[in-house]
Amino acid sequence: MTTDPKTPAPEDPAKMAEFDTRLARDETIEPKDWMPEKYRKQLTRMMSQHAHSEVVGMLPEGNWITRAPSLRRKMVLLAKVQDEGGHGLYIYCGAETLGIDRAELIDQYLYGTAKYSSIFNYPTLAWADIGVIGWLVDGAAIVNQTMLARASYGPYARAMIRICKEENFHKRQGYELCATLARGTPAQRAMVQDAVNRWWWPSLMMFGPHDGDSPNSGDLLKWKVKLKSNDDLRQRFVNLTVPQAKAIEITLPDPDLRYDEASGNWLIGPIDWAEFKQVISGNGPCNHERLAARRAAHEEGRWVREAAAAYAAKRSEPAGQAA
Amino acid sequence: MATTDTSASEWPLWEVFTQPPGGKPHEHAGSVHAPDAEIALQNARDVYTRRGEAVSIWVVPSVLISASAPGDAGPWFDPGNDKPYRHPQFYKTPRGVKVF
Ligand SMILES: [Fe+2]
Ligand SMILES: [Fe+2]
Repeated sequence: MTTDPKTPAPEDPAKMAEFDTRLARDETIEPKDWMPEKYRKQLTRMMSQHAHSEVVGMLPEGNWITRAPSLRRKMVLLAKVQDEGGHGLYIYCGAETLGIDRAELIDQYLYGTAKYSSIFNYPTLAWADIGVIGWLVDGAAIVNQTMLARASYGPYARAMIRICKEENFHKRQGYELCATLARGTPAQRAMVQDAVNRWWWPSLMMFGPHDGDSPNSGDLLKWKVKLKSNDDLRQRFVNLTVPQAKAIEITLPDPDLRYDEASGNWLIGPIDWAEFKQVISGNGPCNHERLAARRAAHEEGRWVREAAAAYAAKRSEPAGQAA
Repeated sequence: MATTDTSASEWPLWEVFTQPPGGKPHEHAGSVHAPDAEIALQNARDVYTRRGEAVSIWVVPSVLISASAPGDAGPWFDPGNDKPYRHPQFYKTPRGVKVF
């Protein structure tokens, strides 16, 4: 099934034409179907980045589980963080159908050059950050993932459908937390406003570079992996979020934000792409910490994996041979 | 690459099928890695049924699944596709008569 990625042979034009016809008919592409090598590579990159992001996304929020201010909030946060681990596993399982081994994916992420979403390299400085992550970061993820649930690759789309069912809880609990703090003491209000000020722009960056500067967008749109462009999705998120901020009397840190009657859109000011580039190239506030935490978790879990493998091996030995 | 962890890649892949409540059939949910069936079931429960999605789980070693080849999807399924008379819509009934 897999082809050596180092030998990019030209694709068979007849197969290529059939593939394009299938995409045009909105058929899903399944693991054993023929697909161009570039499609397989782009998907492997995108799905593995997505899976890594879900897993690393457990860290900023996990940071607050022990300090959640009530049992209710603690249970909610635990469940949410566990879901994110599950999301990572759904997508790893989908990525593996492209012919790459999960251990190899995880190796690329822990010890290689694989990337994950820039958003998780920001610190969670206060309890309000937990609310704002659910509201804005999961809110942005929902906009992205709702679109990906119709992606042309079947296993990716199906993983997204499963994820989308769970994301609404993530966003709702976050927005509820923000609304509660916004109605609270002046200090609580200030805490949530400060968190929004810090997370707003990084959340907008989650949609990726502007359409004109996005190196992978062309292919992904052509292959119907993405159905909407980065800028379209970002706009949709802004339009949804502005009224939500107003409803809890929180301001968004953009002096240029204005409503455009003609298009019906809330228009934002310029995004600081220099910051985005810094963060994705490894120089965000928490890049080192995040990777170190993931590596440590992987290393410290090694004995569990080895013990389980040894136990399974022992039990599969024929009777009488076991020591 | 500093470390290659072989302990993870040795765990075989299992396909997971979950049965939703209400008497529906098992359907494919995804896959998990596990050293044996017992842990595969536990992993499947944790990964695919956090919200009461299932009343039963099957796990099957992925290597044991035989699948039809996508290449001959057309001809392979032809015997089912070229017999419209297997569908009730094939048959005409007098105007105004309620058949069902
Ligand atoms: Fe998620
Ligand atoms: Fe989430």
